[in-house]
Amino acid sequence: MDLHLDHITLVYPDGAATLTAVDDVSLTVPAGTTTALVGPSGSGKSSLLAVAGGLTRPTSGTVTIGAGPQAPVLSPATGVAEATRVRRDHVGIVFQQPQLLASLTAVEQVELLAHLRGRRPASLRARALELLDAVGLADQAHRRPAALSGGQRQRVAIARALATRPDVLLVDEPTSALDHERGLAVVGLVTALARECGAATVLVTHDESTLGPVDAVARLVDGRLDAGDHPTSSPLPAGAPMAG
Amino acid sequence: MFVALRDLRHARGRFALVSVVVVLVTFLVTFLASLTAGLARESTSAITDLPVDHLALVVPDDATVDFTASQVDADDVAAWSARDGVADAEPLGIATTRGTLDGAAGGTSVTMLGVPPGSGLVPDGADVAAGQVVLSAGAADDLGARAGDTLVVASQDLRVADVVASDASYAHTPVVWTTLDDWQAVGAPTGAGAGRADEAPGDVATAVALTDDLDDAALAAAADATGSTVLTPRDARSAVGSFAAENGSLTTMQAFLLAISALVVGAFFTVWTVGRSGDVAVLKALGASTRYLLRDAIGQALVVLVGGVALGALLAAGSAALLSGAVPVVVSAATTVLPAALLVVLGVAGAALAVARITRVDPHAALAAR
Repeated sequence: MDLHLDHITLVYPDGAATLTAVDDVSLTVPAGTTTALVGPSGSGKSSLLAVAGGLTRPTSGTVTIGAGPQAPVLSPATGVAEATRVRRDHVGIVFQQPQLLASLTAVEQVELLAHLRGRRPASLRARALELLDAVGLADQAHRRPAALSGGQRQRVAIARALATRPDVLLVDEPTSALDHERGLAVVGLVTALARECGAATVLVTHDESTLGPVDAVARLVDGRLDAGDHPTSSPLPAGAPMAG
Repeated sequence: MFVALRDLRHARGRFALVSVVVVLVTFLVTFLASLTAGLARESTSAITDLPVDHLALVVPDDATVDFTASQVDADDVAAWSARDGVADAEPLGIATTRGTLDGAAGGTSVTMLGVPPGSGLVPDGADVAAGQVVLSAGAADDLGARAGDTLVVASQDLRVADVVASDASYAHTPVVWTTLDDWQAVGAPTGAGAGRADEAPGDVATAVALTDDLDDAALAAAADATGSTVLTPRDARSAVGSFAAENGSLTTMQAFLLAISALVVGAFFTVWTVGRSGDVAVLKALGASTRYLLRDAIGQALVVLVGGVALGALLAAGSAALLSGAVPVVVSAATTVLPAALLVVLGVAGAALAVARITRVDPHAALAAR
């Protein structure tokens, strides 16, 4: 399913004034493709991601996953319970910090997603091991986060986000703590896995040198999409110069 | 409880600490409950064990309803016997005195229950006869007496006809049973039954023991007609002077202890749950519903509480059983299961309050701060 962000605006109260974090952003991400969201620090990238994942309600605009009357929609009127349900059933999120639960092993971090959906965790065991193998952590499946490196924890978080084959994958700064080579590997991994799952993927990053594997790039400046970007156009071929 | 159980496994030390507190608090509460019940039994078992439906007391208008202030006579007994619905009405005398084994020094306080022969008010199928006394197990132990011995009570020599297994006691003194006639020497107007000066000595008792099937309305009407106060054996505990004051103090202590225990256990779980707020934020961000979070957290609290409370209650029951020879204790469902269940409920309530608070956390903001 495609991800449609339509005229998203997000305004925060800032004392007596207000702060516009996202200003009338429209973006379509086709299913199975990865769009990188780049821009300077404070440009609204993470805020837009939070809106797309239903973690924050937009001030105006809608987020639609797929098409048709049954498509899940997140809008200013969407309640917390409904947003949580949409996030659980349709969205996978990789947070800037891995945010793993200290008491769960790597495979249990992935199986957790089944339990959240009311299914037996063991029903995801095969998928969990497959994903951990895909991210190169098959031999770490029974270790807890404290026994893993930062990069390994990030990869467990990626596997967790893809456990239930989400329609939308949101990835927030996966390379912030990595060197260039490792960053490039992680972006390539996310892009490949998302393509395999058919997830419409938005990847937020400030490191534009790692964007080779992505399909499209959108630049946010001061909460607005750069006029030079055409985020609803066809994906860029891999390795093509980036817009903006 | 996928996360909750793994959390317990992962943070064993922390949970062990909380569990120890729960065990200790439960031990304290249930042991005190057993002690309170034991003391209550030592005060009132002679009354509560009576095989009757009600007791009718006659006290002066300005007196509190108390066995020491109550006095009934043959007319009172006859009035009750004549009422519809009363199958049997027997006079019962209650008086505390001193008994000595003939030939022995010292003596011990005993409560003498005077009953008509054949009344069925002596336990274990025993019966009284003129010049004889039936001892409870406690009285026999304290006096060092057995069947065939002679007991001196209020200058009367009474032969010990039987020692029953009953541990009946009244106001912390063991009970002995005699005929009502033999009881008069102890319980006549100058003794326990004061206030009705028009009665001739030797013609009184303390209360009328009733076997009846009267409903509340009929009982009230009969009480009015006979000028009595009618109580069930259980309610009649309040007419035993030592019981009211003692039980009131102990029950107040128990109530305070329960309240403090609930605060302690609740506070522990509040701190524990707040400490999990980071994990709760992650779970919410991953799509956990509020119901899922509540079930997970309360389930975790229940595992710790039920385990700790069960162990604490078992230890208290075991200790009470071991000490039963030295202190008065009663180990029963009312003194173990009931306070234990209350502690679990209060602990879960504390955990639920904390969880309800953190489920309102904004996951986005919480993750940013983590």
